[in-house]
Formats: sequence, C-alpha cells, structure tokens
Amino acid sequence: MTALGKLFRTTAFKLSMAYLVIFVLFASAILGYVAFNMRRLLDEQVSLTIEEDVKGLVTQFNSGGLRRLVAQIERRASQPGSSLYLVTTPTGETLAGNISGIDQEGLLDAGRYQLFYRVLEDGDAKPHRALVDTIVLPGGFRLLVGRDLSETDRFRGVIRSAIGWSILLVLMMAVAGGVFVARRVLGRIDAMTAPTRSIKAGDFSGRLAVSGTNDELDRLAQNLNAMLDRIAELMAGLREVSDNIAHDLKTPLTRLRNSAEEALRTATDTEEYRLTLENVIDEADQLIRTFNALLMIARAESGNATEGMAAFDAADVARDVAELYEPLAEEAHVTMHVTLPEKLPLYGSRELIGQALANLLDNAIKYAARDESVSEKAEISIGAVATGTGIELSVSDNGPGIPEADRARVVERFVRLEGSRSRPGSGLGLSLASAVARLHGGTLRLEDHAPGLRVVLAIPKRGIGS
Amino acid sequence: MKLLIIEDDAAAAAYLEKAFREVGHMADLAANGLDGYALASDGGYDVVVVDRMLPKMDGLSLIHALREQKIETPILILSALGQVDDRVKGLRAGADDYLAKPYAFSELLARVEVLARRRGTASSTEETSYQIGGLELNRLSHRVTRDGQEIELQPREFRLLEYLMRHGGQVVTRTMLLENVWDYHFDPQTNVIDVHISRLRSKIDKGFETPLLHTVRGAGYSIRDSAR
Repeated sequence: MTALGKLFRTTAFKLSMAYLVIFVLFASAILGYVAFNMRRLLDEQVSLTIEEDVKGLVTQFNSGGLRRLVAQIERRASQPGSSLYLVTTPTGETLAGNISGIDQEGLLDAGRYQLFYRVLEDGDAKPHRALVDTIVLPGGFRLLVGRDLSETDRFRGVIRSAIGWSILLVLMMAVAGGVFVARRVLGRIDAMTAPTRSIKAGDFSGRLAVSGTNDELDRLAQNLNAMLDRIAELMAGLREVSDNIAHDLKTPLTRLRNSAEEALRTATDTEEYRLTLENVIDEADQLIRTFNALLMIARAESGNATEGMAAFDAADVARDVAELYEPLAEEAHVTMHVTLPEKLPLYGSRELIGQALANLLDNAIKYAARDESVSEKAEISIGAVATGTGIELSVSDNGPGIPEADRARVVERFVRLEGSRSRPGSGLGLSLASAVARLHGGTLRLEDHAPGLRVVLAIPKRGIGS
Repeated sequence: MKLLIIEDDAAAAAYLEKAFREVGHMADLAANGLDGYALASDGGYDVVVVDRMLPKMDGLSLIHALREQKIETPILILSALGQVDDRVKGLRAGADDYLAKPYAFSELLARVEVLARRRGTASSTEETSYQIGGLELNRLSHRVTRDGQEIELQPREFRLLEYLMRHGGQVVTRTMLLENVWDYHFDPQTNVIDVHISRLRSKIDKGFETPLLHTVRGAGYSIRDSAR
C-alpha cells in the first residue's frame, strides 16, 4: 500500500475530510448570505435614488413645464457620477439626456426594468447595464431616469471572488491540517504496531512507546503495556507450573510404567503380578490425588468457588480437623496442643478451610516427627484467634522450620525444599492453603516459631453474616 | 441387585457392567440421557449410576426429571467434575451420592451397595440399636457393649462405630467414613482414617477371640461376625 493510500484510509484523514466539507459549506453559506444582503441593499439604494430623482423631476415638470425639465436634466446630467436621464417626445425623439444606444421603442413602455445603454459622450463604448424607471408625462413625453449598475456588478464580482478564494484557502488549510494530523497520529500508531508485531512473533520483551504527553494514545499504550506485563507474568507462571507438573507428574508416571514393564519382563507367578498391580494402583492413586489438588488450587485461584460459601464456625472446623489428625500425631509421637475459642464465626467455605487446615496439620506432623532418641519432644499446636479485622488460624510445629529466604517460595506449587523431597507429599499442601486464603480475601503467613514453623491462615471478617 | 448404568463412554460402561457382574450384580446400560431416563422411569432398579455429562439429556436434568416423577430409586452420580460445588449441585439435583472420576471400583461398589441397602430398609425407621456378633451399640443411651462388657468410646469413635454397624456386613471405604462421620469431602493425604480405625479396633476387638472390625484390602473396612 502506498503512503498516500494508507493516508486515505486513516481515521484522521477521514475526519479532516468531513470537517473540511462542513467548513466549506458553512463558509459558503455565510459569504453567500452576506453577498445576497449586500446586493439587495445596493439595489434598494439604487431604486430609492431613482425614485427620488423621478419625484424631483416630475415636480419640476409640473411647475415649469417641459422647458424647465429639460434644463434641469441638462444641469443634472452634467454633474459627474450623475444618474442617467433621457426625455423623449411621444414618438421617441430625444429631447435631452446623457445616454444613447438604447432601444427607443422600449421607452414607450412605462415601468421599471433593466436595460443596456451607451454613454452619449463615449460614443462607441461598450454597453453598460442600468436600472431605469420610465414614466409617461402629461402630453405623451417620456421621462427615463436610471442608475448605472456597473458599480454593483463590480461589488458582486469582488464578493464572488472573495468566496472563491476563501473556499480555496479553507480547502488548502484543511488538507494540510488533515495530512499533518494524520501523519502524526499515523506515525505514532505505526510506532505502536511495530512492538506488537514482534510480540505476536513470540518476543515478549517489547513494549509500546509512551511519549509522556499523557494523551489518549499514551494512556492506551500504558494500558496495553500493563496488560502485556500481566500476560507475561501469567505466562511465566504457567510455564513454571507446567514445568513443575511435567516433573512431578512424570516422575510417578515413569515409576508406574517401569514397575508395569518390569513385572511383564520378570514376574513369574500370579503373586508377583498381583503385587506389581497393587503397586501400580497405588501410584495411580497418588497421581490422581496430585491432579485433584492441582484442580482445586486452580479452582480456588480463579476465584469462582464462592458458590459453596456460607456462615460457619471456624473454631468448630479447627476442632474437627485437630481431632481427625490427633491419632495420627499420637502415632508419630507428636504431642498436639489445641487452643481454640468456644466460637469463631466466619463466612466462607467450610470444606476449603477444613482442607487447608488438614494440609497444614499434616505438614506439621510430618516435619515435627523425629526419632525418640532426640531429647526435645516433638510438638505441634493448632490455634485460632479473632483479630480486629478477621480471624487467624495458626498451625505451628517445632520441626526444622523454613529459612526466611525460602518462605515465599515454598508456597508456590510443587516447591519442596531440599531434604524434604524424600518425604511423602505432593508439595501442594501450602499452595492449596495459600489459594484457599486468597479465595477468602486473606493471606497465608509463614513465621519463625523458633524452633520450627508457624503457619498463619489470616481470613478477613468481610462478609460475615451476609 | 439390579443396576442401571447411564454412561456414554462405551468402554467405561462395559468395564462397569463386567465388574458388577463379577461380584454378582446385574447391570443394564444406557448410552445417553434419554435412553437412561426411559429405563429409569420404569423403576425396578435398586440403584442408578449416572454420568453427569451425557448426550441428549445431561445427568442433572435426568435426575431432576426422575425426582419430579416421584421415582425415588437411589442415584449415584459418577462425574469427572469433582469439586465441592459440583458435588453440592449434584446432591441438590436429587442424587443420593456423588463420586468423582477417576474412582476405584471398590469405592463405587461399596457406595452402590450402601445405597441399595438404604432402599431395602426404609430409612425413616432407623433402628435404635445395632447388634453384630456380641457387639451391641445403643443409639439412645450411647452405650456400647461387647459380650455384656461395657466399652468406653469417645464421641467420634461412637459415631464411627455407629456408621460401621449401620452398614454391618458391608464394606465402607475411607472416604465414605470421612464424609459421613466427619462431614468433610476432601481427600486426606495420609492414613488419618486408618489410625482412627485402629484405635477403635483396639477398643472393641482387643481381648476378644474373634475380631469383628475387618480391613478389606484395597477397599476399606467392614464390621461383620466372621463366625457366622
């Protein structure tokens, strides 16, 4: 496409064309109106002058007869810039006057009309246009009084050319303005198109230029940049998640496949096959569990799980979950302390809060558990308090804890710190608890319990009772 | 027991039909919602197993239509949609139980058998006491005895035993216990239920000659008088 073709297609160009047309129409209308009125005014002036003249001459004729009229006309006609006069006999012979070359026959008709004439002294000059009034005087004499119209014509010509020039000027200015605006806007939009093209091609680092004028285009560029940042962030997150999924799902899948393959190759009796198959089912179950946890996190993060929300007693839920895990803790020689208020009303998803707490307790028991030879007893505690703004459910252990630098990271999906990979678990427990917290508008805090870890599920009160 | 399985995946349906046949249950198959609705409308089934996403008529509408018609056959939804709110929607539509795919057949079987039994004994007249072997649980006095010997149970242990005995002779799975005794539907990552069971077992079986609380491998638990 040529640059001109592109220009014709721009919105700026189309807009300036539209303005141009409107402008020209208005300009012509105004000028036309002025010209029309000017002309009417001039015509009126001419008619008035003629009328006055005629009235004066008729008075002269009435008081002094033809002779006086002729004398008066000759006097008036000799003045410069005078009106046109002619007095004829009833048969059309000129008695006095300063014009010639007119159709004498026409003079027989009384009334007002336009005619062409020659000035008597000029002789052969080209005919002039004039407005004349002819009346029949007593005795059949004709009196013609007129005014030359060439001045009016000149004036009309001036206005006509003024209209022409101004329209031409407006046209030129509009075209120039349109081209300027279009090129400027076009240039900036073209500058915006370049990075989007590279982004489309896969390079996500490009951003739109912001000129700093804070106009519409700047705001658009800023918004698009913010959107691109968010998309890049999401894509990075997605990539990380899919990498992790690939790792943490492929590992058990490989194990599953290997054991099936090995059984096919080496197993000799039904019992061996049975063992392998049971093993395979266990691995599959673990995979399903991981999938479910992932789905649940995704669902919680997308924030549309609000359907299952209702008012419930968080203390009750904490008590239930503590009681559910208490035998497990006892079996692992971990002492569980439960410090819960009588009631702790909360609006949210009982199931999800319960599951988050279960995950936290499960973790706490896992990491607090130790050999009985260690002198310090393994202890965990679950507590809940109402704060000014909401509630805080906490689970603490006196296990190895998490170094401060790693605390933000462990909440991410599948992240398991070195040394914990060998322990059973999907690495999704904390992410799920964190997703549940976010779904309720709250946060998951990891704190130093010295020694050990304290995880706080802080849920704002917002929405209680609604 | 006669089952109706409404499932559009032919392989899954055939697998279920075969698996149920192996354990002695008859199963009819329907491949879409309309056929399933027609078959289920006749009644005559002990339990209907419905997939949620079906051609021609989806599972939830089907259940709705059946319940409108006052057909009270127990219905179990089998669905890939397994989140809490999916489950709530399913039960609200009139289903009696909800199982997410993928599932263990033992889990499905246990749930279907419990549903079929519930149909057999009118649920409105729940017994006030259960008796299996020498073990007796009285729901009114909250007392448990075995061979006349008083057994002290924690409230939760009592409810656990109550649920097991209500379904005496049947297999109950870990998730069924978590759902019915604790009222949570999540999957505990570890063997929390097993520990509760072994505690209960130590109270009701320890010191007695015949164990009553059995572990069913790969499925769950069952209370039964193995002497019979």
